[in-house]
Amino acid sequence: MQKRFITDKITWTWMLFSLILILTMPLIMGVGLYLKSAPIFEHQSLWQLITGSNWSPTRGNFGFWPFISSSLYVTILSFILAVPVCLFAGIYLTQFASGTLNKIMHPVIDILAGLPSVIYGVWGILIIVPFVSKVLAPFFNVTSSGYSLFAGGIVLAIMCIPYMLNMLIEVFNTVPAGMKEASLALGATYWEAVKHVVVRKSFPGIISAYGLGLAKAFGETIAVMMVVGNRIQVSVNPFEAGYPLPALIANNYGEMLSIPMYDAALMFAALLLLVIILIINLIFRYFIYKATQQ
Amino acid sequence: MIPYIIPSEGTNDLGHDSDLSLRGNGSQPVVRVKNLNVFAGEHHILKNINLEIPRNKITVLLGPSGCGKTTLLKCMNKLTDLYKELKVSGSIYIDDDDILNAQGYIPEIRQRMGLLSQRPFPLPMSIFRNVSYGIKLKGISDKKLIAHNVEKYLREVGLWEEVKDRLNQPATSLSIGQQQRLCLARGLAVKPHIILADEPTSALDPISSKIIENLFKELKKNYTIILVTHVLRQAVRLADNVVFMYYGEIIEQGPPERLFNEPATEKLKEYIYEGN
Ligand SMILES: Nc1ncnc2c1ncn2[C@@H]1O[C@H](COP(=O)(O)OP(=O)(O)OP(=O)(O)O)[C@@H](O)[C@H]1O
Ligand SMILES: [Mg+2]
Repeated sequence: MQKRFITDKITWTWMLFSLILILTMPLIMGVGLYLKSAPIFEHQSLWQLITGSNWSPTRGNFGFWPFISSSLYVTILSFILAVPVCLFAGIYLTQFASGTLNKIMHPVIDILAGLPSVIYGVWGILIIVPFVSKVLAPFFNVTSSGYSLFAGGIVLAIMCIPYMLNMLIEVFNTVPAGMKEASLALGATYWEAVKHVVVRKSFPGIISAYGLGLAKAFGETIAVMMVVGNRIQVSVNPFEAGYPLPALIANNYGEMLSIPMYDAALMFAALLLLVIILIINLIFRYFIYKATQQ
Repeated sequence: MIPYIIPSEGTNDLGHDSDLSLRGNGSQPVVRVKNLNVFAGEHHILKNINLEIPRNKITVLLGPSGCGKTTLLKCMNKLTDLYKELKVSGSIYIDDDDILNAQGYIPEIRQRMGLLSQRPFPLPMSIFRNVSYGIKLKGISDKKLIAHNVEKYLREVGLWEEVKDRLNQPATSLSIGQQQRLCLARGLAVKPHIILADEPTSALDPISSKIIENLFKELKKNYTIILVTHVLRQAVRLADNVVFMYYGEIIEQGPPERLFNEPATEKLKEYIYEGN
């Protein structure tokens, strides 16, 4: 056989192998985590695990609700803060800003998106935590140490903004100029052209950028862990401390062997994280599908 | 703004704009370009253009690639605004309003011109809403009137029968030729009296091109058409008035019989020779 054809075959096999590897990775991880966390299901039902609020590993009580709710709270809070900022910043930079401003902003956004999260955490402790305890909390007439769900949400929002903004800029820039021209030629004002054409055309892209941002935010560990207070409680007050799921795993991984079931519980936490992020992804895929259908 | 005529009871047709005749008298040029200069940095794209476009005629802009035809068309409805690197000076009178120096009501002046670009750019919405878009921008909200007009202009470009059962599908589901006719329909629906067409058939197959050409012949009764084309034969078939551009300047203009049969300049002679 000729060498070219052998190369061709090898390349093909290699590509196929990589593909299968990538496709089965989440499956392998899911199955692995499930097997490792299986013992805890003999102990407590899935429903009890997810909705229970009582967390006392030494007594064998594993209720994950404080962690799940903290995670959801911080993520949703960060999202409420980040979504409008990203949208308007993205529209402004791609549709209104001068070329010079763009030349300055793009590298800045890239750098911010690439910073390790521990830096955001340190920065959160230095700036956001005091800001929450000294400015925000008094403003709302509550006392807070600053290490709170609110601080976690703000830090997370600031982390996610450059990440999502980068994608949004990409998305807005793919709208062809001719489409905007068409809308203007029909009598739209510039803002109407942006709203009716650029934003509308980008809609599936906007959703997918936000979906990726949300999944990333939900799994973010270090930065949030540093400012959120890490107290196990279910709270609706954003000035109270919380304890997100990723922080639980990161904080307790070392000591897990000494208490029975603890390792299984932490594996279950990881499984939960995986499943929730999968669900977020599926929901956003569905929205994207819906949006592209229109 | 050209007012929409609300059809009275019984009549269901808006008729074609009889009110157009109110704008200036019939022999006055519709578009007058005065001392137009366009720069992109050091690059002088359009060099002191002076031009008058006669009413209800097809004026063909000819010239080699890169000579500034598209830029000239974009100046006419001030789409050059979108390109911050372009510096535009001079005046362009649409009817009696200088669009380049008008303040505030530019969208209204733009609605006097329908734009057809080289490639169709359907708006990211349904077929129906592509046509109703401009109508709504004119402040019309009566659903019946909008639907009536959508049908009317889709019929005018010969698209109605092909799309009447799929009006709510995205416009991108149409073929390129159909999309181009849709773009023409949505342009006509805002009741312009000028049509700016930038190589409107260059992306189309011969049959779709023929349809557009025939539409133009039909439309020139009511519209002033400015057409950029690279197809000399198309120019011969359609032109009432020819403008030949070369590197940002107008070299020759006049009736097609004279320009094509006895070109006065070497450059036009060469261009026609190459074209055949
Ligand atoms: N936004 C812009 N920035 C810089 N230069 C530009 C811009 N738009 C057009 N030009 C330049 O102006 C010149 C004329 O361009 P234009 O598109 O008007 O040519 P054209 O006659 O339409 O050519 P074609 O027949 O190929 O479409 C070209 O040299 C082009 O590079
Ligand atoms: Mg061109």
